Amino acid sequence: MTYLWLIPVFTLIGVVLNGLLGKKFGDKFVSWVGPGAVGLSFLISCIFLFKLVFDSPTGDSYIQKLFVWIAAGNLVVEAGLILDHLSVVMIMVVTGVGFVIHVYSVGYMHKDPGYARYFTYLNLFIFSMLILVMADSFLLMFVGWEGVGLCSYLLIGFWYEDKKNADAGKKAFIVNRIGDFGFLIGLFFIFIEFASLDFESVFSMASSRQIGDPVIVAITLLLFIGAVGKSAQIPLYVWLPDAMQGPTPVSALIHAATMVTAGVYMIVRCHVLYLLAPLTMSIVAVVGVVTAVYSASIGTVQNDIKRVLAYSTISQIGYMFLAVGVGAFTAGMFHLMTHAFFKGLLFLGAGSVIHSLSGEMDMRFMGGLKKYIPITFWTFLIAVLAITGIPGFSGFFSKDEILWNAFDKGNPILWVIGVFTAGLTAFYMFRLFYLTFLGESRFQSEKELHIHESPKIMTIPLIILGFFSLFGGYIGVSHSLGGENHFKKFMEPVFRNSEIIANSTSNAENSLGLEYLLMIISIIIVLIVLIIVHQIYLKRPDIASTLAKRFSLAYRVLLNKYYIDEIYHTFIVNPFIKISDIFWKIFDVKIVDGAVNGTANVIQSAGDKLRKVQTGYVQEYALSLILGAVIIIGYFIFR
Amino acid sequence: MDYSIPTINLSVIGPEIIILLTAVSVLIIGLFPNYRRWSISIVFIGIIFAFYDIYYLWNLNQVGFDGMVLADNFALLFDIIFLIGTLLTLLLSGNFINQYIRGTGEYLSLILFATLGMMLMASTNDLIVIFLGLETLSISLYILAAFRRSREDSLEAGLKYFLLGAFTTGFLLYGIALIYGSTGTTNIYSILNFLKDGSVEIGILFYIGMILIIVGFGFKAAFVPFHMWVPDVYEGSATPVTAFMSAGVKAASFAVFLRLFITGFSPIISQITGILAVLAILTMTVGNVIAIVQTNIKRMLAYSSIAHAGYILVALTALSRNIESEFSAASIMYYILVYTFMNIGAFGVVIYMEKSEEEVLKISDYAGLGFKKPFAAICMTLFMFSLAGIPPTAGFMGKLYIFSSAVESELYGLAVIGVLNAVIAVYYYLRVVIFMYMKEAVLDFSYLSARPVMALSLSISVGGIIYLGIFPQSLINLLTNIL
Repeated sequence: MTYLWLIPVFTLIGVVLNGLLGKKFGDKFVSWVGPGAVGLSFLISCIFLFKLVFDSPTGDSYIQKLFVWIAAGNLVVEAGLILDHLSVVMIMVVTGVGFVIHVYSVGYMHKDPGYARYFTYLNLFIFSMLILVMADSFLLMFVGWEGVGLCSYLLIGFWYEDKKNADAGKKAFIVNRIGDFGFLIGLFFIFIEFASLDFESVFSMASSRQIGDPVIVAITLLLFIGAVGKSAQIPLYVWLPDAMQGPTPVSALIHAATMVTAGVYMIVRCHVLYLLAPLTMSIVAVVGVVTAVYSASIGTVQNDIKRVLAYSTISQIGYMFLAVGVGAFTAGMFHLMTHAFFKGLLFLGAGSVIHSLSGEMDMRFMGGLKKYIPITFWTFLIAVLAITGIPGFSGFFSKDEILWNAFDKGNPILWVIGVFTAGLTAFYMFRLFYLTFLGESRFQSEKELHIHESPKIMTIPLIILGFFSLFGGYIGVSHSLGGENHFKKFMEPVFRNSEIIANSTSNAENSLGLEYLLMIISIIIVLIVLIIVHQIYLKRPDIASTLAKRFSLAYRVLLNKYYIDEIYHTFIVNPFIKISDIFWKIFDVKIVDGAVNGTANVIQSAGDKLRKVQTGYVQEYALSLILGAVIIIGYFIFR
Repeated sequence: MDYSIPTINLSVIGPEIIILLTAVSVLIIGLFPNYRRWSISIVFIGIIFAFYDIYYLWNLNQVGFDGMVLADNFALLFDIIFLIGTLLTLLLSGNFINQYIRGTGEYLSLILFATLGMMLMASTNDLIVIFLGLETLSISLYILAAFRRSREDSLEAGLKYFLLGAFTTGFLLYGIALIYGSTGTTNIYSILNFLKDGSVEIGILFYIGMILIIVGFGFKAAFVPFHMWVPDVYEGSATPVTAFMSAGVKAASFAVFLRLFITGFSPIISQITGILAVLAILTMTVGNVIAIVQTNIKRMLAYSSIAHAGYILVALTALSRNIESEFSAASIMYYILVYTFMNIGAFGVVIYMEKSEEEVLKISDYAGLGFKKPFAAICMTLFMFSLAGIPPTAGFMGKLYIFSSAVESELYGLAVIGVLNAVIAVYYYLRVVIFMYMKEAVLDFSYLSARPVMALSLSISVGGIIYLGIFPQSLINLLTNIL
């Protein structure tokens, strides 16, 4: 396993080639290098996956130390990569889904003036993400963590000529900084406490601690703040809807499939710490489930197709946090994987819709697209069925496992909210589907002339992701459904040292029958919602507006996203700006600028004066020499 | 008295001999115009042989000439630094050689003689040989500075350098004489034994001798207030010569300082920590402050090189306080190597930009370069970042090591002043970058053509600062081990 570095290295080569030569060699070169680099990474990852499955019966992990990165005093950080049953799942998702989306981008970004720049950023993103998931120390993980944040910022504001896009990029970056700050403080705590940042040594030292050790609780909470920022959970979720200003494949890759799930991965990676902090665990679960229901409710009334999907992403990640919060790490990772498939597909499908309508994103001006873009329609349907949890589709298995674990290991209330969220999810997804593909077309007829199915390079990725959205769940069919749950077995080695998990597998009194009952309840709710949506949006479109009028207050609150952006603006951003303004006018302009300019002036004039000493007369130079020597000797003698 | 012929071990000065032979050959070949074009290839072959010989001598720790000359890893490492500097300079000299085609032989052999002098300074154990090396180096440089003899400023540079150099040679020789007078030897190990012995009281004359030696080399390494020659000479010399001087002479002087401090003067060196600290503060601050107001890029780099001597002096101060600290010594050597790459690199871009001599040297002339000549501009940006100490370049790691060695020796005030100075320096380094990328071009850069050899030199320098910036540890380990 000395070749682990091969996995990320190709994407880095892609960055260099496209970044330096992309403009010179043209779009064709870029189209081969960009997706090609990720494709190679994917192939190599497959080889490592097979090696891990077949060569490692005991489920050992492989760690490759690359080099001593920093050694200063007692801080020694080795840069190393880790390949275990946890990181390999992320690697496969990142390179696999990443590759598909790269290919799709070739069609989507066709003829964009920033084509080479786009693929440079995208490859850099894959590289940073691979560093994040393969890092074997907190510090290297943080490098990847910041790297993906940077790429996200660059890609959200990709079309930076429009101020809105640039602002969205800035918003994402600033909100993420708040989270990253927590993460960083967490790292400081870890280093102070364990004198190391290496996963292996930190976890082995931590596992001897008492459950509920306040230091561990503090560390896990701080790390969780980082996860909240990166994974867009309450209260730091506000950047993700705005991040939809970026190109759609970017939304699919970064803001749905991979980067935003990094927080979940981080918690699973640090499960040793989190299991020692029950308080943090319950906070994680509560934040997750509240985020899930909250953003799902916003999703029900949004009109922008990508914004609905953005709120849906926040909500689904909430599910994942719910899962890891109750200790069902495998379920969380399983949902992370299936979500990457179907949410990536949803975004790419939405991209195809937008592409076919020449940039229209408002669902009120769509409708009846089924006959124009059949491939997008069918693949999108699969994704909708997967996310709503229709039995047989991938999302069903993973979501069901989360809900069951919430009930079994957590609290029935968590389950109730989770199922309610599932109903909301079904509502907004079917609503989106009906508004977009079914019913009458509501777009202006002149646009009709341009409506066309996307080229093959975009539809084939849709079909691939459709395949996985449909069948990807079968590797994790739970025992109660007569499956083997290969996924859980695969992940077991990661958690084998955590006895606590073993102890809390299942409450004995929760029988199989109860599990079936809960499952059937959630399926029935989804089906009822489907019928309602069918009635409202296909048969009686007037009902929707009637409802909106009758419950106008609730409708407006939801449409305006609970006014959270406004609240943040009024209570945080504006006071901040005002205070900054005061500081700027008094402190900055008068004191700091005064001091800086004053210093600069003093230094400048000092420089000017000192320069005059440089007369050019060699006699004076010799004099300064001799004076210097005399002063030093004099000081030495008479001190 | 009974004299015996000292044991001579010629293989100790193998690299020096190779460089000497190469220098003599190109000097002779220069007499035959038909064969002149071969001389540069001969130089490169000679340098490659010298590298090979260093590789051969590595770890052998040979001693020769009755203990006067030694080829320990310390000396060999400095030989490598000098040769890298020479190589990079020669790669940048193509244009200059073409302009002074008749002087090819002299130019190349003088550069090599200077290199030879530096190598001697690093690989000796005796004050007399150090002096010999220094004079070989200096005299070559006096001529090189005045090499463009049709230009007034070049002649002025050479003459000023010569007068002041000769003047300080007096200080240095007097210092050596005083030390010989009080200890009866010029051998550094014997001085060490004398100091350790303690049976004879160490007189004030010894200390004065030591200070005079520091003044002598402080002049070469451009410590304030012995720095006055630097801007005039750097500006007046041809730019490749300036690049060569800025890196090599400094490296050689610090090699001598390290050798003297770590061995010869080590028992009493902590007594001059205060003086060194004051010199360090003066050197950093004066260099940086005057660099800010410069508009000519060569002068700016001249003052910046003074400031960098100050940074290295910080680590030297730390070393004098805590002479056992291998880390301080390693940080000095690391910084010198990094400085060789980044400073010659920066001068390389200046050489590339020079239209004919002494044109296009204003910082404002670099406006818009980033869009017209992206490769040169990106190289310059990296060199400026490295000189300013911005990660991930090696300049950052170098400053980090230097300031942490000051902290390690509990010289907190000095470290703080050093960091503040680094902040001042960012201003004038980044100004170049701002001109390159954020201002409209005023010059038409069409006179610039691609120069593959120059690009090679710049690429080596860029590679050096990036590699050492990201993977500094292996080199630091090596440096700590050779002490």
